[in-house]
Amino acid sequence: MSGLPTNYLTPTGREEAWRFTPLKRLSGLHDAATSVLDRISIELVGSVRAGFNIETVASADLPPKSTTDDVIIQRVRATASKVTHLKIDKEAVVNEPIFLKRSAGVEKEFSRTVVTAGAHSKATVVVENEGAGTIGEEIEIRLEAGANLTFISLQEWSENAIHLGRHHAIVGRDATFNSITITVGGSLVRLLPTVEYSDQGGNAELLGLYFATDGQHLEHRVHVEHGIPNGKSRVTYKGILAGAQARTVWIGDVFIRGNAEGTDTYELNKNLLLTDGARADSVPNLEIETGEIVGAGHASTTGRFDDEQLFYLMSRGIPLSEARRLVIRGFFGEIVGKIGIESVQERLMNRIDTELARVGE
Amino acid sequence: MSQLVIKGLQVGVETESGLTEILRGVDLTINSGEVHAIMGPNGSGKSTLAYSIAGHPKYTITGGAVTLDGVDVLEMSVDERAKAGLFLAMQYPVEVPGVSVANFLRTAATALRGEAPKVRTWVGEVKDAMSKLAMDPAFSERSVNEGFSGGEKKRHEILQMELLKPKIAILDETDSGLDVDALRIVSEGVNRVKQEQNLGIMLITHYTRILRYIKPDFVHVFAGGKIVEEGGPELAERLEEKGYAQYVKA
Repeated sequence: MSGLPTNYLTPTGREEAWRFTPLKRLSGLHDAATSVLDRISIELVGSVRAGFNIETVASADLPPKSTTDDVIIQRVRATASKVTHLKIDKEAVVNEPIFLKRSAGVEKEFSRTVVTAGAHSKATVVVENEGAGTIGEEIEIRLEAGANLTFISLQEWSENAIHLGRHHAIVGRDATFNSITITVGGSLVRLLPTVEYSDQGGNAELLGLYFATDGQHLEHRVHVEHGIPNGKSRVTYKGILAGAQARTVWIGDVFIRGNAEGTDTYELNKNLLLTDGARADSVPNLEIETGEIVGAGHASTTGRFDDEQLFYLMSRGIPLSEARRLVIRGFFGEIVGKIGIESVQERLMNRIDTELARVGE
Repeated sequence: MSQLVIKGLQVGVETESGLTEILRGVDLTINSGEVHAIMGPNGSGKSTLAYSIAGHPKYTITGGAVTLDGVDVLEMSVDERAKAGLFLAMQYPVEVPGVSVANFLRTAATALRGEAPKVRTWVGEVKDAMSKLAMDPAFSERSVNEGFSGGEKKRHEILQMELLKPKIAILDETDSGLDVDALRIVSEGVNRVKQEQNLGIMLITHYTRILRYIKPDFVHVFAGGKIVEEGGPELAERLEEKGYAQYVKA
């Protein structure tokens, strides 16, 4: 065996972390032999307001606080010379959401972003990914003590985009991290929404929604690392697949380490298949090294339409096609409705409606 | 004036060992303004009767006929039956996550009336119906049946009946799981709709309790997949005393 750590190796597809991903479609982003542009792709929409600031600093001055074994993210870190830093001031309450827009170039590119939510601050950050692009990126989200941050990541890519990313939260003492990840666009999207706790009393809620049609591979690999006592986490991801070539992967790794007493966690993944042949992989994985916990559970369901729901709606006079539409919109709406930003919700539901119409729903 | 006619209805359900017969020839006619109580022990096929008339895909009709005002109901899809004027208040209403009560009611009313109800009058109509059933207005923003208590689910069923204005309603064990207050509110709702809309009612129940609030014109005893005895309200009183033992084969 080679003595090299795996992070220097190009994945072959046999690794647990890569066995679901079609490596051929990564455009070489995973391959050490491929050269990738070092480019900042995120910018603030509008101007800086009271309570936060955004700047570009040298990567060396703002190194990652977390470790990663993901080969793409290691390449991102090795390549990015600069990092975009969004900093929410200590005790600031930023009422209006802060929008960050990503505009990818024509070349393959890597970028790093850090979001710091100052102690006892409260804010909502929305990252909008649109258009085409071939991109690897990391956003490290640091919540200081008592911070309350809602982090919304929207993958509304056009159909050719390739997006490999890690959105990693480090949740401080008594801090609250609410994240909503919505993936409706892109040819291949592979995201790592991950969480660790740096102190006690942290609370993380991870909501996600993905909608794959023919030719899309949408992969979300959630990881919540409970390595500190008295942390809480809730994970709810929902997916819809339409088209025989639609493909989704959801991994839910939740680890409760031996010292993480008082942990309270639950994770749920639900997939709705609209078409025969569509494939949704769902792998919840809960590992518990201490019995001194508040609760730990997981559930995963993948299935077709619930006949009882359709019967109920139709028995009130609603035609089958309309009943299906209601159930599907309800399935999406449950997560989309949590965003709380009317314009974004409307835009997403319109996009979903358009795609549904395209597949005949 | 409407009339639901059930003639020699035979219904089975597909099981691992083939088609199992549940209804063995049911005859029943319900006219507008009439209340027919269907009473019987658990497993006698009462719910099968309700669901097969509404068109649940689980059941296979093997014989007989059901007509509403002379039109064949069994040929209709589930939504067409509702449009024809049938309504089923379910024993276990189904949760539809992410679909608000308000959206659901409006979609159903639009489908049944053939056009979207006018916003101003509709909102008032819903509000009014909800207040009569002692329902909090915030209820309309909740997802259909999700997290509803037993009483809330049943009130929601009757709310739909009130707004959708059917000709004939089948109430499947609407009394089950209700405390006395909820039973009274729900029963008053049923009586009100009956009065205002001259509704014909098939009231399926295991217990006589609800019959103190909703007075039946006819009582039918259901056992072994068919009606085994018929009479007026006095039959319910006799059942109250003697139970169903005499109708169930040992």
